[in-house]
Amino acid sequence: MKSRTKNRTTAGIFAMTVVALAALMVTAGASPQSKPASGIEIKIDNFSFGPMRLTVAAGTTVTWTNDDDVPHTVVSDDKTTFRSKALDTGEKFSYTFTKPGTYAYFCSVHPKMVAEVVVQ
Amino acid sequence: MSDYIEENLDRDGVDRRGFLKCMAWAGTGTLCLLQGGVLKSFALSDVLQQKIGHMKSDLSFVQISDSHIGFNKDANPDVTATLREAIAKVNALPTPPAFVLHTGDLTQLSKADEFDTLSESLKSLRTERIFYVPGEHDVLNDNGDMFRERFGQGTQGDGWYSFDKNGAHFIGLVNVLNLKAGGLGYLGPDQLAWLQKDVSRLKSSTPIVVFAHIPLWAVYPQWGWGTDDSEQALSYLKRFASVTVLNGHIHQTMQKVEGNITFHTACSTAFPQPAPGQAAGPGPMKVPAEKLRSVLGITDVNFVRGKHTLGIVDSGLS
Repeated sequence: MKSRTKNRTTAGIFAMTVVALAALMVTAGASPQSKPASGIEIKIDNFSFGPMRLTVAAGTTVTWTNDDDVPHTVVSDDKTTFRSKALDTGEKFSYTFTKPGTYAYFCSVHPKMVAEVVVQ
Repeated sequence: MSDYIEENLDRDGVDRRGFLKCMAWAGTGTLCLLQGGVLKSFALSDVLQQKIGHMKSDLSFVQISDSHIGFNKDANPDVTATLREAIAKVNALPTPPAFVLHTGDLTQLSKADEFDTLSESLKSLRTERIFYVPGEHDVLNDNGDMFRERFGQGTQGDGWYSFDKNGAHFIGLVNVLNLKAGGLGYLGPDQLAWLQKDVSRLKSSTPIVVFAHIPLWAVYPQWGWGTDDSEQALSYLKRFASVTVLNGHIHQTMQKVEGNITFHTACSTAFPQPAPGQAAGPGPMKVPAEKLRSVLGITDVNFVRGKHTLGIVDSGLS
Protein backbone atom coordinates (compact mmCIF):
# COMPACT_ATOMS: atom_id res chain seq x y z
CA MET A 1 0.00 0.00 0.00
CA LYS A 2 1.51 3.31 -1.11
CA SER A 3 1.60 6.19 1.35
CA ARG A 4 -0.71 8.93 0.28
CA THR A 5 0.93 11.69 2.25
CA LYS A 6 3.92 13.34 0.67
CA ASN A 7 4.81 16.93 1.26
CA ARG A 8 4.50 19.01 -1.87
CA THR A 9 8.21 19.79 -2.25
CA THR A 10 9.15 16.13 -2.17
CA ALA A 11 6.42 15.36 -4.63
CA GLY A 12 7.62 18.17 -6.88
CA ILE A 13 11.21 16.96 -6.89
CA PHE A 14 10.08 13.37 -7.45
CA ALA A 15 7.90 14.41 -10.39
CA MET A 16 10.69 16.38 -12.01
CA THR A 17 13.08 13.44 -11.65
CA VAL A 18 10.53 11.12 -13.23
CA VAL A 19 9.94 13.48 -16.14
CA ALA A 20 13.69 13.87 -16.71
CA LEU A 21 14.15 10.09 -16.78
CA ALA A 22 11.16 9.76 -19.05
CA ALA A 23 12.59 12.31 -21.48
CA LEU A 24 15.76 10.19 -21.72
CA MET A 25 13.77 7.02 -22.36
CA VAL A 26 11.39 8.22 -25.08
CA THR A 27 12.33 6.75 -28.45
CA ALA A 28 12.65 8.78 -31.61
CA GLY A 29 9.73 6.99 -33.24
CA ALA A 30 7.20 7.74 -30.48
CA SER A 31 3.88 9.11 -31.70
CA PRO A 32 3.16 12.76 -30.84
CA GLN A 33 0.20 11.64 -28.71
CA SER A 34 2.40 9.56 -26.37
CA LYS A 35 2.66 10.66 -22.77
CA PRO A 36 6.01 10.60 -20.89
CA ALA A 37 7.06 7.07 -19.89
CA SER A 38 6.83 6.41 -16.14
CA GLY A 39 4.47 7.34 -13.35
CA ILE A 40 1.24 7.62 -15.32
CA GLU A 41 -1.95 7.94 -13.32
CA ILE A 42 -5.41 6.75 -14.18
CA LYS A 43 -8.24 7.98 -11.97
CA ILE A 44 -11.26 5.85 -11.26
CA ASP A 45 -14.27 7.98 -10.51
CA ASN A 46 -17.99 7.92 -11.13
CA PHE A 47 -17.94 4.39 -12.53
CA SER A 48 -15.36 5.20 -15.22
CA PHE A 49 -11.62 5.08 -15.88
CA GLY A 50 -10.01 8.39 -16.80
CA PRO A 51 -8.53 8.50 -19.34
CA MET A 52 -10.41 5.65 -21.02
CA ARG A 53 -7.75 5.28 -23.66
CA LEU A 54 -4.16 5.78 -22.63
CA THR A 55 -1.07 5.48 -24.82
CA VAL A 56 2.27 4.82 -23.13
CA ALA A 57 5.76 3.65 -24.01
CA ALA A 58 6.86 0.11 -23.13
CA GLY A 59 8.33 0.04 -19.64
CA THR A 60 5.80 2.48 -18.22
CA THR A 61 4.26 1.88 -14.81
CA VAL A 62 0.61 2.90 -14.70
CA THR A 63 -1.04 3.55 -11.34
CA TRP A 64 -4.81 3.47 -10.92
CA THR A 65 -6.34 5.33 -7.98
CA ASN A 66 -9.93 4.76 -6.91
CA ASP A 67 -11.51 8.14 -6.19
CA ASP A 68 -15.04 6.74 -6.33
CA ASP A 69 -17.11 5.96 -3.23
CA VAL A 70 -17.61 2.33 -4.21
CA PRO A 71 -14.93 -0.35 -4.68
CA HIS A 72 -13.60 -1.14 -8.14
CA THR A 73 -11.09 -3.53 -9.66
CA VAL A 74 -8.66 -3.28 -12.57
CA VAL A 75 -8.67 -6.53 -14.55
CA SER A 76 -7.33 -7.25 -18.02
CA ASP A 77 -10.00 -8.66 -20.35
CA ASP A 78 -8.25 -12.04 -20.39
CA LYS A 79 -8.34 -11.92 -16.56
CA THR A 80 -4.73 -13.12 -16.30
CA THR A 81 -2.36 -10.41 -17.56
CA PHE A 82 -3.15 -8.15 -14.63
CA ARG A 83 -5.72 -8.30 -11.92
CA SER A 84 -6.01 -6.00 -8.90
CA LYS A 85 -7.75 -6.91 -5.68
CA ALA A 86 -10.86 -4.85 -4.89
CA LEU A 87 -9.77 -1.23 -4.38
CA ASP A 88 -11.68 0.78 -1.81
CA THR A 89 -11.78 4.59 -2.00
CA GLY A 90 -8.22 5.93 -2.06
CA GLU A 91 -6.55 2.59 -2.76
CA LYS A 92 -4.17 2.14 -5.68
CA PHE A 93 -2.98 -0.53 -8.07
CA SER A 94 0.08 -0.39 -10.32
CA TYR A 95 1.19 -2.42 -13.28
CA THR A 96 4.28 -2.07 -15.46
CA PHE A 97 3.64 -2.58 -19.16
CA THR A 98 6.77 -4.14 -20.64
CA LYS A 99 5.47 -5.49 -23.97
CA PRO A 100 3.91 -3.39 -26.74
CA GLY A 101 0.29 -4.10 -27.53
CA THR A 102 -3.26 -3.05 -26.73
CA TYR A 103 -4.42 -4.03 -23.25
CA ALA A 104 -8.18 -3.86 -22.86
CA TYR A 105 -9.32 -4.00 -19.25
CA PHE A 106 -12.45 -3.56 -17.16
CA CYS A 107 -13.79 -3.44 -13.62
CA SER A 108 -14.83 -7.00 -12.73
CA VAL A 109 -17.37 -5.66 -10.21
CA HIS A 110 -19.01 -3.27 -12.66
CA PRO A 111 -18.13 -4.80 -16.02
CA LYS A 112 -19.67 -1.99 -18.07
CA MET A 113 -16.60 0.04 -17.00
CA VAL A 114 -14.15 -0.60 -19.83
CA ALA A 115 -10.94 1.08 -20.93
CA GLU A 116 -7.63 0.28 -22.59
CA VAL A 117 -3.92 0.99 -22.42
CA VAL A 118 -2.01 1.07 -25.71
CA VAL A 119 1.67 0.28 -25.24
CA GLN A 120 4.06 1.34 -27.97
CA MET B 1 -55.57 7.47 -5.60
CA SER B 2 -58.61 5.24 -5.96
CA ASP B 3 -59.54 2.52 -3.51
CA TYR B 4 -61.14 0.49 -6.29
CA ILE B 5 -60.08 -1.19 -9.51
CA GLU B 6 -60.10 1.36 -12.30
CA GLU B 7 -58.97 -0.82 -15.21
CA ASN B 8 -59.36 -4.57 -15.30
CA LEU B 9 -57.35 -5.05 -18.51
CA ASP B 10 -56.45 -8.71 -18.18
CA ARG B 11 -59.79 -9.65 -16.65
CA ASP B 12 -58.02 -11.26 -13.74
CA GLY B 13 -59.15 -8.70 -11.19
CA VAL B 14 -55.75 -6.96 -11.06
CA ASP B 15 -55.69 -3.21 -11.69
CA ARG B 16 -52.06 -3.09 -12.80
CA ARG B 17 -51.96 0.59 -13.72
CA GLY B 18 -53.46 1.57 -10.39
CA PHE B 19 -51.07 -0.80 -8.67
CA LEU B 20 -48.05 0.72 -10.36
CA LYS B 21 -49.22 4.27 -9.58
CA CYS B 22 -49.68 3.19 -6.01
CA MET B 23 -46.25 1.61 -5.81
CA ALA B 24 -44.62 4.94 -6.57
CA TRP B 25 -45.88 6.20 -3.24
CA ALA B 26 -44.72 3.18 -1.26
CA GLY B 27 -41.39 4.73 -0.38
CA THR B 28 -43.07 7.59 1.44
CA GLY B 29 -44.99 5.36 3.83
CA THR B 30 -48.11 4.28 1.94
CA LEU B 31 -48.83 0.61 1.48
CA CYS B 32 -50.58 -0.75 -1.53
CA LEU B 33 -52.00 -4.16 -0.98
CA LEU B 34 -53.31 -6.70 -3.40
CA GLN B 35 -55.80 -8.92 -1.63
CA GLY B 36 -57.20 -11.56 -3.92
CA GLY B 37 -56.90 -9.15 -6.85
CA VAL B 38 -58.48 -6.14 -5.15
CA LEU B 39 -56.21 -3.14 -4.85
CA LYS B 40 -56.32 -1.02 -1.73
CA SER B 41 -53.98 1.57 -0.31
CA PHE B 42 -53.27 2.23 3.34
CA ALA B 43 -51.03 4.41 5.41
CA LEU B 44 -48.16 2.37 6.74
CA SER B 45 -48.81 3.59 10.26
CA ASP B 46 -52.37 2.22 10.07
CA VAL B 47 -51.06 -1.18 9.07
CA LEU B 48 -48.55 -1.31 11.86
CA GLN B 49 -51.18 -0.19 14.36
CA GLN B 50 -53.34 -3.07 13.15
CA LYS B 51 -56.19 -0.75 12.18
CA ILE B 52 -56.60 -2.72 8.95
CA GLY B 53 -56.92 -6.11 10.53
CA HIS B 54 -55.13 -9.33 9.75
CA MET B 55 -54.18 -9.86 6.11
CA LYS B 56 -54.96 -13.45 5.31
CA SER B 57 -52.46 -15.35 3.24
CA ASP B 58 -51.13 -18.88 2.88
CA LEU B 59 -47.53 -17.77 2.96
CA SER B 60 -45.90 -14.50 3.78
CA PHE B 61 -42.20 -13.73 3.51
CA VAL B 62 -40.03 -10.65 3.39
CA GLN B 63 -37.30 -9.52 1.02
CA ILE B 64 -34.52 -7.25 2.23
CA SER B 65 -31.58 -6.25 0.08
CA ASP B 66 -28.34 -4.35 -0.31
CA SER B 67 -27.39 -3.85 3.33
CA HIS B 68 -23.78 -2.98 2.28
CA ILE B 69 -22.33 -3.48 5.77
CA GLY B 70 -18.97 -1.67 5.74
CA PHE B 71 -20.12 1.31 3.65
CA ASN B 72 -19.54 4.54 5.55
CA LYS B 73 -19.60 7.45 3.10
CA ASP B 74 -21.86 10.49 2.92
CA ALA B 75 -24.92 8.75 1.49
CA ASN B 76 -25.24 6.88 4.83
CA PRO B 77 -22.49 6.90 7.46
CA ASP B 78 -24.22 4.19 9.54
CA VAL B 79 -25.64 1.39 7.42
CA THR B 80 -25.78 -0.97 10.41
CA ALA B 81 -28.23 1.38 12.12
CA THR B 82 -30.57 1.53 9.11
CA LEU B 83 -30.35 -2.27 8.77
CA ARG B 84 -31.46 -2.57 12.40
CA GLU B 85 -34.36 -0.23 11.65
CA ALA B 86 -35.35 -2.42 8.69
CA ILE B 87 -35.22 -5.46 10.98
CA ALA B 88 -37.46 -3.64 13.48
CA LYS B 89 -39.88 -2.92 10.63
CA VAL B 90 -39.98 -6.60 9.69
CA ASN B 91 -40.50 -7.61 13.30
CA ALA B 92 -43.40 -5.14 13.55
CA LEU B 93 -45.38 -6.68 10.67
CA PRO B 94 -48.78 -8.06 11.74
CA THR B 95 -47.87 -11.49 10.33
CA PRO B 96 -44.32 -12.70 11.11
CA PRO B 97 -42.77 -13.79 7.80
CA ALA B 98 -42.20 -17.52 7.31
CA PHE B 99 -38.70 -16.63 6.12
CA VAL B 100 -36.64 -13.71 4.84
CA LEU B 101 -34.81 -13.44 1.52
CA HIS B 102 -31.69 -11.29 1.32
CA THR B 103 -31.07 -10.53 -2.35
CA GLY B 104 -27.40 -9.69 -2.03
CA ASP B 105 -24.75 -7.04 -1.36
CA LEU B 106 -24.82 -8.08 2.28
CA THR B 107 -21.44 -6.36 2.65
CA GLN B 108 -19.56 -3.53 0.99
CA LEU B 109 -16.15 -5.16 0.63
CA SER B 110 -16.61 -8.92 1.20
CA LYS B 111 -14.69 -8.64 4.49
CA ALA B 112 -15.00 -11.20 7.30
CA ASP B 113 -15.87 -8.58 9.92
CA GLU B 114 -18.58 -7.16 7.64
CA PHE B 115 -20.15 -10.61 7.23
CA ASP B 116 -19.88 -11.03 11.01
CA THR B 117 -21.73 -7.76 11.68
CA LEU B 118 -24.40 -8.66 9.14
CA SER B 119 -25.02 -12.10 10.66
CA GLU B 120 -25.03 -10.69 14.16
CA SER B 121 -27.57 -7.99 13.20
CA LEU B 122 -29.89 -10.46 11.48
CA LYS B 123 -30.05 -12.64 14.61
CA SER B 124 -32.76 -10.29 15.89
CA LEU B 125 -34.98 -10.95 12.86
CA ARG B 126 -38.11 -12.72 14.04
CA THR B 127 -38.35 -15.42 11.42
CA GLU B 128 -37.57 -19.10 11.09
CA ARG B 129 -35.00 -18.93 8.34
CA ILE B 130 -33.04 -16.49 6.15
CA PHE B 131 -32.08 -17.32 2.57
CA TYR B 132 -29.32 -15.46 0.74
CA VAL B 133 -27.95 -14.86 -2.72
CA PRO B 134 -24.70 -12.91 -3.18
CA GLY B 135 -24.28 -9.48 -4.72
CA GLU B 136 -21.13 -8.41 -6.57
CA HIS B 137 -19.90 -6.73 -3.35
CA ASP B 138 -19.96 -10.10 -1.56
CA VAL B 139 -17.61 -11.90 -3.96
CA LEU B 140 -14.89 -9.32 -4.56
CA ASN B 141 -11.62 -11.16 -4.04
CA ASP B 142 -12.27 -14.87 -3.79
CA ASN B 143 -14.91 -15.80 -6.37
CA GLY B 144 -17.42 -16.12 -3.54
CA ASP B 145 -15.61 -18.72 -1.38
CA MET B 146 -16.20 -16.87 1.89
CA PHE B 147 -19.83 -16.15 1.01
CA ARG B 148 -20.54 -19.79 0.18
CA GLU B 149 -18.74 -20.95 3.30
CA ARG B 150 -21.07 -18.86 5.45
CA PHE B 151 -24.34 -18.87 3.53
CA GLY B 152 -24.01 -21.51 0.83
CA GLN B 153 -24.85 -24.77 2.63
CA GLY B 154 -26.82 -27.01 0.31
CA THR B 155 -26.15 -24.90 -2.77
CA GLN B 156 -24.58 -26.03 -6.01
CA GLY B 157 -21.99 -24.60 -8.38
CA ASP B 158 -21.44 -20.92 -7.62
CA GLY B 159 -24.22 -21.02 -5.03
CA TRP B 160 -27.57 -21.64 -6.73
CA TYR B 161 -30.37 -23.62 -5.11
CA SER B 162 -34.12 -24.11 -4.84
CA PHE B 163 -36.65 -25.04 -2.18
CA ASP B 164 -40.40 -25.51 -1.79
CA LYS B 165 -42.69 -23.79 0.70
CA ASN B 166 -46.47 -24.11 0.97
CA GLY B 167 -46.80 -25.26 -2.64
CA ALA B 168 -44.61 -22.52 -4.13
CA HIS B 169 -41.15 -23.19 -5.61
CA PHE B 170 -38.32 -20.78 -4.76
CA ILE B 171 -35.15 -20.51 -6.84
CA GLY B 172 -32.01 -18.64 -5.75
CA LEU B 173 -29.73 -17.69 -8.65
CA VAL B 174 -26.21 -16.23 -8.72
CA ASN B 175 -25.59 -13.71 -11.48
CA VAL B 176 -22.61 -11.79 -10.09
CA LEU B 177 -19.70 -14.11 -10.93
CA ASN B 178 -17.62 -14.66 -14.09
CA LEU B 179 -18.69 -11.28 -15.39
CA LYS B 180 -17.31 -10.39 -18.80
CA ALA B 181 -15.79 -7.06 -19.86
CA GLY B 182 -18.52 -4.77 -21.11
CA GLY B 183 -21.19 -7.21 -19.95
CA LEU B 184 -24.07 -7.26 -17.51
CA GLY B 185 -25.04 -9.83 -14.90
CA TYR B 186 -24.32 -13.41 -15.96
CA LEU B 187 -25.84 -16.77 -15.11
CA GLY B 188 -23.68 -19.08 -17.25
CA PRO B 189 -24.37 -22.40 -18.97
CA ASP B 190 -23.99 -24.63 -15.88
CA GLN B 191 -26.53 -22.67 -13.88
CA LEU B 192 -28.93 -22.49 -16.83
CA ALA B 193 -28.71 -26.25 -17.34
CA TRP B 194 -29.40 -26.80 -13.65
CA LEU B 195 -32.37 -24.41 -13.76
CA GLN B 196 -33.92 -26.11 -16.74
CA LYS B 197 -33.66 -29.48 -15.01
CA ASP B 198 -34.83 -28.10 -11.66
CA VAL B 199 -38.18 -26.83 -12.97
CA SER B 200 -38.78 -29.63 -15.47
CA ARG B 201 -40.43 -31.85 -12.85
CA LEU B 202 -42.88 -29.18 -11.64
CA LYS B 203 -46.54 -28.82 -12.58
CA SER B 204 -47.28 -25.65 -14.55
CA SER B 205 -49.65 -24.51 -11.84
CA THR B 206 -46.82 -24.27 -9.30
CA PRO B 207 -46.15 -20.63 -8.39
CA ILE B 208 -42.49 -19.86 -9.01
CA VAL B 209 -40.43 -17.24 -7.16
CA VAL B 210 -36.94 -16.54 -8.52
CA PHE B 211 -34.56 -14.36 -6.56
CA ALA B 212 -31.18 -13.05 -7.72
CA HIS B 213 -29.15 -9.93 -7.05
CA ILE B 214 -28.90 -8.17 -10.41
CA PRO B 215 -32.23 -7.60 -12.19
CA LEU B 216 -33.20 -10.33 -14.63
CA TRP B 217 -34.64 -7.79 -17.01
CA ALA B 218 -32.99 -4.87 -18.79
CA VAL B 219 -33.78 -2.06 -16.35
CA TYR B 220 -30.90 0.12 -17.61
CA PRO B 221 -28.05 -1.72 -19.36
CA GLN B 222 -25.86 1.40 -19.57
CA TRP B 223 -25.44 1.15 -15.82
CA GLY B 224 -25.11 -2.63 -15.75
CA TRP B 225 -28.71 -3.05 -14.59
CA GLY B 226 -29.59 -6.26 -16.40
CA THR B 227 -28.43 -9.85 -17.00
CA ASP B 228 -26.96 -10.97 -20.32
CA ASP B 229 -28.44 -14.47 -20.41
CA SER B 230 -31.65 -14.00 -18.42
CA GLU B 231 -33.82 -14.51 -21.51
CA GLN B 232 -32.76 -18.13 -21.65
CA ALA B 233 -33.52 -18.61 -17.95
CA LEU B 234 -36.96 -17.05 -18.32
CA SER B 235 -37.73 -19.25 -21.32
CA TYR B 236 -37.68 -22.26 -18.98
CA LEU B 237 -40.41 -20.57 -16.91
CA LYS B 238 -42.76 -19.58 -19.73
CA ARG B 239 -45.17 -22.47 -19.12
CA PHE B 240 -45.84 -21.61 -15.47
CA ALA B 241 -49.02 -19.80 -14.47
CA SER B 242 -47.30 -17.42 -12.08
CA VAL B 243 -43.66 -16.38 -11.92
CA THR B 244 -42.37 -13.68 -9.59
CA VAL B 245 -38.80 -12.41 -9.94
CA LEU B 246 -37.34 -10.58 -6.96
CA ASN B 247 -34.09 -8.66 -7.40
CA GLY B 248 -31.96 -6.01 -5.68
CA HIS B 249 -28.86 -4.17 -6.90
CA ILE B 250 -30.52 -0.94 -8.07
CA HIS B 251 -31.52 0.36 -4.62
CA GLN B 252 -35.01 1.45 -5.63
CA THR B 253 -38.31 -0.25 -6.24
CA MET B 254 -39.29 -0.99 -9.79
CA GLN B 255 -41.89 -3.31 -11.16
CA LYS B 256 -42.61 -4.77 -14.56
CA VAL B 257 -45.23 -7.25 -15.65
CA GLU B 258 -44.57 -9.32 -18.76
CA GLY B 259 -47.12 -12.02 -19.47
CA ASN B 260 -46.98 -14.49 -16.60
CA ILE B 261 -43.90 -12.89 -15.02
CA THR B 262 -43.88 -10.09 -12.46
CA PHE B 263 -40.45 -8.54 -11.92
CA HIS B 264 -39.85 -6.58 -8.75
CA THR B 265 -36.76 -4.86 -7.37
CA ALA B 266 -36.32 -3.88 -3.75
CA CYS B 267 -35.02 -0.83 -1.93
CA SER B 268 -31.71 -1.03 -0.16
CA THR B 269 -31.52 -0.87 3.62
CA ALA B 270 -28.34 1.22 3.26
CA PHE B 271 -28.55 3.98 0.64
CA PRO B 272 -30.57 4.93 -2.45
CA GLN B 273 -29.31 5.15 -6.01
CA PRO B 274 -30.49 7.49 -8.74
CA ALA B 275 -33.30 6.62 -11.13
CA PRO B 276 -32.01 5.38 -14.51
CA GLY B 277 -30.19 8.12 -16.38
CA GLN B 278 -30.89 10.75 -13.70
CA ALA B 279 -27.22 11.04 -12.68
CA ALA B 280 -23.79 10.57 -14.21
CA GLY B 281 -23.52 7.08 -12.72
CA PRO B 282 -25.38 4.52 -10.57
CA GLY B 283 -23.43 5.24 -7.36
CA PRO B 284 -24.72 6.00 -3.85
CA MET B 285 -27.03 8.99 -3.90
CA LYS B 286 -26.99 11.49 -1.07
CA VAL B 287 -30.40 12.77 0.02
CA PRO B 288 -31.25 15.19 2.84
CA ALA B 289 -30.81 13.42 6.18
CA GLU B 290 -34.49 13.66 7.07
CA LYS B 291 -35.42 12.00 3.77
CA LEU B 292 -32.98 9.05 3.97
CA ARG B 293 -35.23 6.60 5.76
CA SER B 294 -38.10 7.12 3.35
CA VAL B 295 -35.98 5.92 0.42
CA LEU B 296 -34.76 2.78 2.21
CA GLY B 297 -37.05 -0.14 2.84
CA ILE B 298 -38.24 -3.74 3.02
CA THR B 299 -40.58 -5.77 0.83
CA ASP B 300 -43.39 -7.91 2.25
CA VAL B 301 -44.75 -10.67 0.02
CA ASN B 302 -48.00 -12.54 0.55
CA PHE B 303 -49.12 -15.60 -1.31
CA VAL B 304 -52.62 -16.96 -1.39
CA ARG B 305 -52.98 -20.48 -2.78
CA GLY B 306 -54.93 -20.50 -6.01
CA LYS B 307 -54.32 -16.82 -6.79
CA HIS B 308 -52.07 -15.91 -9.70
CA THR B 309 -50.08 -12.97 -8.47
CA LEU B 310 -48.25 -12.64 -5.20
CA GLY B 311 -49.12 -9.60 -3.12
CA ILE B 312 -45.98 -7.48 -3.01
CA VAL B 313 -45.81 -4.54 -0.62
CA ASP B 314 -42.85 -2.20 -0.24
CA SER B 315 -42.54 -0.03 2.82
CA GLY B 316 -40.05 2.70 3.64
CA LEU B 317 -38.22 2.88 6.94
CA SER B 318 -40.11 6.05 7.88
